[in-house]
Amino acid sequence: MADQVDFAIELKNISKSFGAVQANKNIHLKVEKGTIHGIVGENGAGKSTLMSILYGFYKADEGEIFVDGKLTQIHSSKEAIAAGIGMVHQHFMLIENFTILENVILGAEGGAMLAKGESHARKELARLQEDYGLTVDPDAIIEDVSVGQQQRVEILKALYRGAEILILDEPTGVLTPNEVDQLFEILLQLKEQGTTIIMITHKLREIMHITDNVSVMRRGAIIADRVTKNTSAQELAELMVGRSVLLEVDKKPAEPKEKLLEIKGLEYVDSLGVKRIKGIDLHVRAGEILGVAGVSGNGQTLMLEIIAGITKASKGEMLIKGKPVNIVKGTDAADIRDLDVAHVPEDRHDMGLVLQFEEWENSILGYHNDENYSNGQFFKQGLIRQEARDMMEKFDIRPRNERLKTANFSGGNQQKIVIAREISSNPDILLVGQPTRGVDIGAIEYIHKQIIAMRDAGVAVLLVSVELDEILSLSDRTIVMFDGYISGERVTSETNDGDLGLLMAGIDQNENKSEQVEGAQ
Amino acid sequence: MSNKATLPRWIDIGLLPLINLVFAIGISAAVVLIIGESPVEVASIMIYGALGYEEGIGYTFYYATNFMFTGLAVAVAFHAGLFNIGGEGQAYLGGLGAALVCLNFPNLHWAIIIPMAIIATAIFGALWAFIPAYLRAKRGSHEVITTIMFNLIAGSLMSYLLINVLSPEGTNQPLTDRYTPNSNIPKMHDMLSWFGIEFDSSPLNMSFFLALLCAVGVYFLIWRTRFGYAVRTQGFSPTAATYAGISSAKVIILTMCISGALAGMLAVNESVGVAERLIIEFAGGFGFVGIAVALMGRNHPVGIVLASILFGILYQGGADLAFEISTISKEMIVLIQGLIILFMGALEYMFKPVLLNLYHTLSYTKSSKLAGETK
Repeated sequence: MADQVDFAIELKNISKSFGAVQANKNIHLKVEKGTIHGIVGENGAGKSTLMSILYGFYKADEGEIFVDGKLTQIHSSKEAIAAGIGMVHQHFMLIENFTILENVILGAEGGAMLAKGESHARKELARLQEDYGLTVDPDAIIEDVSVGQQQRVEILKALYRGAEILILDEPTGVLTPNEVDQLFEILLQLKEQGTTIIMITHKLREIMHITDNVSVMRRGAIIADRVTKNTSAQELAELMVGRSVLLEVDKKPAEPKEKLLEIKGLEYVDSLGVKRIKGIDLHVRAGEILGVAGVSGNGQTLMLEIIAGITKASKGEMLIKGKPVNIVKGTDAADIRDLDVAHVPEDRHDMGLVLQFEEWENSILGYHNDENYSNGQFFKQGLIRQEARDMMEKFDIRPRNERLKTANFSGGNQQKIVIAREISSNPDILLVGQPTRGVDIGAIEYIHKQIIAMRDAGVAVLLVSVELDEILSLSDRTIVMFDGYISGERVTSETNDGDLGLLMAGIDQNENKSEQVEGAQ
Repeated sequence: MSNKATLPRWIDIGLLPLINLVFAIGISAAVVLIIGESPVEVASIMIYGALGYEEGIGYTFYYATNFMFTGLAVAVAFHAGLFNIGGEGQAYLGGLGAALVCLNFPNLHWAIIIPMAIIATAIFGALWAFIPAYLRAKRGSHEVITTIMFNLIAGSLMSYLLINVLSPEGTNQPLTDRYTPNSNIPKMHDMLSWFGIEFDSSPLNMSFFLALLCAVGVYFLIWRTRFGYAVRTQGFSPTAATYAGISSAKVIILTMCISGALAGMLAVNESVGVAERLIIEFAGGFGFVGIAVALMGRNHPVGIVLASILFGILYQGGADLAFEISTISKEMIVLIQGLIILFMGALEYMFKPVLLNLYHTLSYTKSSKLAGETK
């Protein structure tokens, strides 16, 4: 080594497992003092686990942590703070009805009486404001200030406790573009004053914009370290997504027919007033699969829930088989299901299944009011159980015991229960969210075949997945969602993972146009 | 992976409650020792008092009838993820419904007036539960708070009505006239005497069978019907219920009304069956004990019937105990009941981790032994 470089953080051989899932394996990470270090990776790549180990929430199974060159044991957030590490969580840890000042001194009051601590904190806040441009009104109540301000309070909390190393977990997720700019100014000033910053994100544009170094994580491991100025968003996207071999899916060319599902001008504003879906138009034809790619959390889940009648849209129109359906109010999931729309939800544990139910009970979830299944109010249990057994046979759900509690099936078999139920309803439109999340390879192949078979039978399939491989091998057309809008549309056979990866980060030839749209809001 | 956290059914609903009961009895015995009495003597008086002679048995099952109604009420709400603490008020209002029927139609034939009175208790109980249910379903007001408040409102309302409206002229006692014999629910000892069986007189009446019928009804409602399916889906996972197109508002309101109706039927036993008039505070805390009964019975009708009988034994045996041994006051009996509720309800899972470890260690060594033998 030519230059003597000081490392603020050095992780050696960190591994962490949760049961059978290895969240982090043999992680080596060096963060130079006084730099901004980005960590990118898809959801579930292990970024948050790694940072939680660094901040003392989890204990690593193996490995060592060096802070400023010293071997340090971090078993709690208290020890992390003592070592000079501060963390700003994705979901703020603030007390809504306390003032900013009270939130800052919380846990560091410095004695039984508050007055002394408060006056000390007030002085300290004034200094921090001067040094870093972190302006806040100490006496404002948290719930009255903007999200951007709340984030500043989180940063101030860390600095007040003497943090010299700041971890930011997806800091821009909840911010408006304007607030993002302000945050970046603050971060640059902090860096100038010698603070080391670790930023976790999946937004490549931000990484390229602000970091000095970047590490890419995939499937629990760090697979590349780059100096930001020597890399490109293109390269990072490829590294992030991985160039694994496509699962070969035997697929005839699609024969799209009439439009079965059409969405126009869909918008959704959440309870905090953040616009999560910013105007989406799409259609799916009979006999085709429309893939929706994108890093999770960019509005796909919401869109699927709105189409399925689970969440109400703020604005927009939907046509099912040419007939308008009110998605803003008055329609619930049962109404949509009655229009022959089947839905395999993203979250099978919470939504697609009731884990406490026996398997046969889940085999009719959503279809329990079907008149074939009951005499008046009373279920025809024999018939339902027989159908459940048939489904288990047909879709190879194991173990073949319809009386078994659903929680006791494996993830892949649980997913098959949902898919079997939805496909068996003979839908015209099939909505599928993350069909193979947490599912083993064998089941993945089977599920993919079923989806293709549905398409060939003339069903309009809308497939949302964060797995690019899945989109590339299944869909006929692909749209990519980023930040609540469609960042691009491709014919799947004419695109590749690199191209889609960039779209997933919001980078396209028409990028300038989309930035103008954002700026206008 | 979730396999590790589960125990076989016989441990979960058999052994675990038994261990809890043993501990509750153990600590009660210690308390009895401290005040200088013999636990064995106390236990034998209690058991004899509750089950040893005909009148005692009658009382035990008469109390159990009350607990079944209110326990079932709590359980039904619980399956939809709701905590109905308002059984007391709903039962109280149920009594008003019965009183209105019995006082206004005193000359109707018993075969008409008794069913009418029963239906009236259910409707009034359901109506009293409807308002908190509506507020929960449409406005998100938590049912625990509102049902507690409705207990207080019920208490005040009934005091007013009994003193100012329903009490007969010339008296200032907070009770109504006695109902005509047409509305009297047959007592158990009378019925047995029709078959030539002699049984000492006690308040136990036909309401007991109504309560058992309700238990069977609750079982079918919750586990065999489409509505029960919607209720359980809502209770286990509101998200899955939304996904399935189940209207949570409808489920919440209907379930609470059914729960209120069950609580209201307490008045069939207590007011129509035994007092044969409406008396102030006749619900006497049975509504609250229903919570403990439901907890102990694991919200299952069979469990609730068994728990109700156990509570009946405690009530009746306790009353005899206070009568027999002067150093054991009424408070002492409440303490023992409290311990049992504490262990069976609140500390339900105290021994579960221990049992879980023990069970898995044992089954592990057993299976590895078996594996060793086959080699």
